[in-house]
Amino acid sequence: MTPELAGGQVVIELLYLVASVLFILSLKWMSSPTTARHGIWAGEVGMVLAICGTLLHHGIIDYKLIAIALVLGTIIGVPLGRVAMTAVPQRTALSHAFGALCVTLVGSAEFYLRSPGISRFMMSVLSIEVILGGLTVTGSLMAAGKLQEILPQRPLTYKGQNLVNFLLLVAALVIAVWLIVHPESRTLFPFMILIALTFGVLLIIPIGGADMPTVISLLNGYAGLSAAAMGFVLDSKLLIIAGALDGSSGLILSIIMSKAMNRSFTNVLFGAFGQVQASATATEEAKPIRSATPEEAAAILSAASRVIIVPGYGMAVAQAQHKVRELFDSLSKRGVDVRFAIHPVAGRMPGHMNVLLAEADIPYDRLIEMDEINGDFPQTDVALVIGANDVTNPAARSDHSSPIYGMPILDVDKAHTVMVIKRSMNPGFAGIDNPLYYLDNTLMLFGDAKAFVGSIVRELSGGHG
Amino acid sequence: MNSSSSLINALFIFVLAGFIGFEVIRRVSPLLHTPLMSLTNALDAIAVVGAILLVGEHKSQLSAIFGFIAVVAATSNIVGGFLITDRMLKMFKSSRPAAKTAAK
Repeated sequence: MTPELAGGQVVIELLYLVASVLFILSLKWMSSPTTARHGIWAGEVGMVLAICGTLLHHGIIDYKLIAIALVLGTIIGVPLGRVAMTAVPQRTALSHAFGALCVTLVGSAEFYLRSPGISRFMMSVLSIEVILGGLTVTGSLMAAGKLQEILPQRPLTYKGQNLVNFLLLVAALVIAVWLIVHPESRTLFPFMILIALTFGVLLIIPIGGADMPTVISLLNGYAGLSAAAMGFVLDSKLLIIAGALDGSSGLILSIIMSKAMNRSFTNVLFGAFGQVQASATATEEAKPIRSATPEEAAAILSAASRVIIVPGYGMAVAQAQHKVRELFDSLSKRGVDVRFAIHPVAGRMPGHMNVLLAEADIPYDRLIEMDEINGDFPQTDVALVIGANDVTNPAARSDHSSPIYGMPILDVDKAHTVMVIKRSMNPGFAGIDNPLYYLDNTLMLFGDAKAFVGSIVRELSGGHG
Repeated sequence: MNSSSSLINALFIFVLAGFIGFEVIRRVSPLLHTPLMSLTNALDAIAVVGAILLVGEHKSQLSAIFGFIAVVAATSNIVGGFLITDRMLKMFKSSRPAAKTAAK
């Protein structure tokens, strides 16, 4: 396509090359919290170089409009970069939608600019670009709406849901194939976009809150892949590289998340997640439980030498993370070894708990992942579960009939004493009963997580003088 | 034949970059998965380069309008993504300096 590069073109391509290298370094430096901030720096420099390189293109005649758009984007972007840490999942979903919107719009514009004379290969990648982009736009907006609780969080299912979704996808692909063969049928193009947008909505309707980490990762992957497809269309190596990096990141995270929920990756890819189990929770006879007051809990905690705190989304909902930090400080001062056990799908997006606890000033070397900490529970005096449910459910290990059977869990039941802070005995979001609550070594602490942890902290400091 | 050779080139780049992506991201600590996602989001907004060309070249009314919205959307991702990633990473502190008191 570019037989002989002009001098200016060479400079631009070299700038893109440097930007690509910086992007890869940027992700490489994310491997550890000590180098991660270099990663941002590398990403920013790469981005500035790439944008400057693009502005050098001699085809550009209208700089004013570009400047206005850049300023407008910055005005929208700054508040999006300043949201509260609890709102990060919906912010992330929203930014997937923005990214995909950009890709879809560019793809559509390119179609209308080139349309009758578009090659078959070009039309194929362009279709992939706008279909993936389109479904990511509406899918991400739906996910953001559910996370922000503008939309109902409960999964909505109806008969033949998968069939409807499947037929829609087929319809979009049929149009795509038609356009590949007859690229002059310009009127068909909007229908392909429309179907992709509808598909995105329907894909997220059956998703419940607990599945959000997988879905956000998957949408992340789709956004990346659509950007890579856009790179093929524009013949931009930089875009292919950035899209491939983002795509593989999203796919890796989805694989990690689906493993942590014991779902196969194909199961997740085909949107068969989020089905509500036929709730066969037969009303069992009231099993005995033991509960404790804040004073008793404080006494047990201060007598312990090793404590593991298991946070879940309930902790974020109750905004209890700062009180938990006070508890951490007060116990650490007494010489108690306090660590946090982080389940991969705790929270609403990958790594959500770590960010919330880091914001509350808890040192990151106290946050331990599931595989690393699970062996330590038998030597632990107290496991304190705050707002987590399914990820601690021992039925996942033993009960073949349980809907979460096989899901890797945190073995809190192996600790000498388990304390669970919970509002009431109502089963959690997924509606699955948790046998952990009826164990002999379990104490239920009923109340609001923030208030209850607060009273424990008061007891601990009061008892000390 | 020129276009098919450029397709092969593009495929090579895509596959190799995907491979690098897998190897690099596999090593990212689960601790940082949330900032990783906001960072890849910002990097992905490099799609802004395609949008900038659409606006700047002004080949048709439609392409300029679509390009304009696309530049706004992508820029907000770049700015917002880098900002929030930086804010998150600033929060991750090690207990190492205070390790003596914490361990005792």
